[in-house]
Amino acid sequence: MSDTSSVLRIVWIYPDLLSTYGDQGNALILRRRAELRGIKTELVRVLSSDPVPVEGDVYLLGGGEDRPQILAADRLRSDGGLKRAAERGAAVFAVCAGYQIIGESYGDDADNPLPGVGILDVRSGRGETRAVGEIVADIAPELGGGRITGFENHQGRTAVGPSAVPLSRTVTGVGNDGHTEGAYQGQVIGTYLHGPALPRNPHLADLLLRMRVGEIPPLPPSWGETLHQERLAAAL
Amino acid sequence: MSELPLRAQLAAVLGKGAASLSRATGRGDGSVIGGRIALKVEPDLLAKLARGRRLALVSATNGKTTTTRLIAAALRELGPVATNEHGANMPTGHITALSNAPDARNGVLEVDEKYLPRVLRDTNPAVVVLMNLSRDQMDRASEINLLAKKWREALALSETHVVANADDPLVAWAGMGAHYATWVSAGQRWKEDSWCCPECGGHLKREPEPHWECPECGMRRPETTWAVDNRTDAVVDPYEQRWPLRLNLPGDANRANAAIAMATAAAYGIPPERSLPRLQEIRSVAGRYTSVVTDGVEVRLLLAKNPAGWLESFAVLDPPRVPVILSVNAQIPDGKDTSWLWDVDYTVLRGRRVFVMGERRTDLALRLETDEVPFEVADKVSDVITRLKAEQPDITKVDVIANYTAFQQIRAAYGRVQ
Repeated sequence: MSDTSSVLRIVWIYPDLLSTYGDQGNALILRRRAELRGIKTELVRVLSSDPVPVEGDVYLLGGGEDRPQILAADRLRSDGGLKRAAERGAAVFAVCAGYQIIGESYGDDADNPLPGVGILDVRSGRGETRAVGEIVADIAPELGGGRITGFENHQGRTAVGPSAVPLSRTVTGVGNDGHTEGAYQGQVIGTYLHGPALPRNPHLADLLLRMRVGEIPPLPPSWGETLHQERLAAAL
Repeated sequence: MSELPLRAQLAAVLGKGAASLSRATGRGDGSVIGGRIALKVEPDLLAKLARGRRLALVSATNGKTTTTRLIAAALRELGPVATNEHGANMPTGHITALSNAPDARNGVLEVDEKYLPRVLRDTNPAVVVLMNLSRDQMDRASEINLLAKKWREALALSETHVVANADDPLVAWAGMGAHYATWVSAGQRWKEDSWCCPECGGHLKREPEPHWECPECGMRRPETTWAVDNRTDAVVDPYEQRWPLRLNLPGDANRANAAIAMATAAAYGIPPERSLPRLQEIRSVAGRYTSVVTDGVEVRLLLAKNPAGWLESFAVLDPPRVPVILSVNAQIPDGKDTSWLWDVDYTVLRGRRVFVMGERRTDLALRLETDEVPFEVADKVSDVITRLKAEQPDITKVDVIANYTAFQQIRAAYGRVQ
């Protein structure tokens, strides 16, 4: 947690631009799983007209349509707060359009490359076909392994550069390129599992929490685990 | 429509035959199959059937079917009306509606958002009615900014008159493409899809409600001539006259639909004193808002397909002691992605007895658990009623909110109630 307080600050970046489908779910589940362990939280919603605070613990970025994505990337680059926060060691969890723009570059609707925020070594462009549907992937063993389940809806294809590592290997679905899904670099994670990726994968939510607060006690199973199992069974 | 060319007449007749067969065999209401067969025989059939009529096209994310029904009721002041009242809102359904009413000079067609530009081009309507745009089934639908842009471009190429909700920035921006417009202040409860300027992407200033404007490019809400006043349950017309609504359909969303319908009727020359009484007669629309009485309990059915719709439904729930059943499926017509459940705030349900049902009830369960709303899991509406009656024999009412196929399943269980 931040040196200055004992509160876990969850910063939701630009819900006015990057909140296409259930992205609020990631913020709500992080907050709940922290509070169930007695960790106080503060959820900060940062609108695109406001500066991004640097002292957050976990930064969340959601999905968005083409134009809001470009606006969000431009504003984040000129603001600089997210990059400084990442350099300070904050955890970042970015989904779909958010995943693409925290990378080195991403493609606009005509697939012209545009510069990203540059906190994750990935480059994204547009694929031939849209990837829509349930996706299942196995998380990198270095991150503790385990299966993740989600829903993807994107036309992006992402190449992971040498400084980053794929977050997972796809079992079904497309992800980055049909083989790997997402990427991470230090405490920065990006994924195509859109919307409520953390509600559907409680262990992924806990991974993010551990990045900031260290070891945390396990929680009794809840509907999150039931949903996780149910979606895995439905997709496989 | 005896002036229809022979081939078009044949197409229309063949379509009707298939529709009857579909109804007789219990496979559907016939709207889609009939139109599909007719289109094969005559690809220009929709344009031919529309010729010489004064049509209104109705499109939005939510409230299309209800508003179409309201407008059709008002237009009956002028005689028979051609309309697709079963909600078959693609060109096949439009063909069926128009072939079924060959002598109706006036018509009102509900149009799927994606098909609006094409149907606008084919039918050359007198009026296009636009109410709202919000996120809906994105695994199969277009992005709404893109939709609004296509609406705007199609309207710019036509001579049609738009009746549109000025309070929804995306809809207003699309409507501004038209050469003629009537602006209605119909309200907007769900704002999560319109924080950004549709013109330049700037962060919209949205105060004081319902005003909005873009500080960056200057785009702003158009001046309105009609307005809903939810607080007093009234519509204010262009002459500043207040019309108490007293609808038999619940909620602000239906007040908005009624205001839009009254403004549309006025564009056809029907004044509020003649349109409103006809709107007040409508009690349910294709099963929506219907109550069925089962085992002495009145079960009210509310259809809600997306976050904006759920928000509107929560606002019309009966007082807190009335239990509510939430039912969610994720079949193709619903959208296979249930992520939108996380966009809705459920905390308003605290203090109410809540049941979750449907194929995706586990998604609902986790969502409610996260918002700390106690709930129970159920398989069927009748099981809930049995359970409630056992504990509370004098129970009289239950509300049900369901998305598309979940709603249809419940409706079918009670004999396709209207």
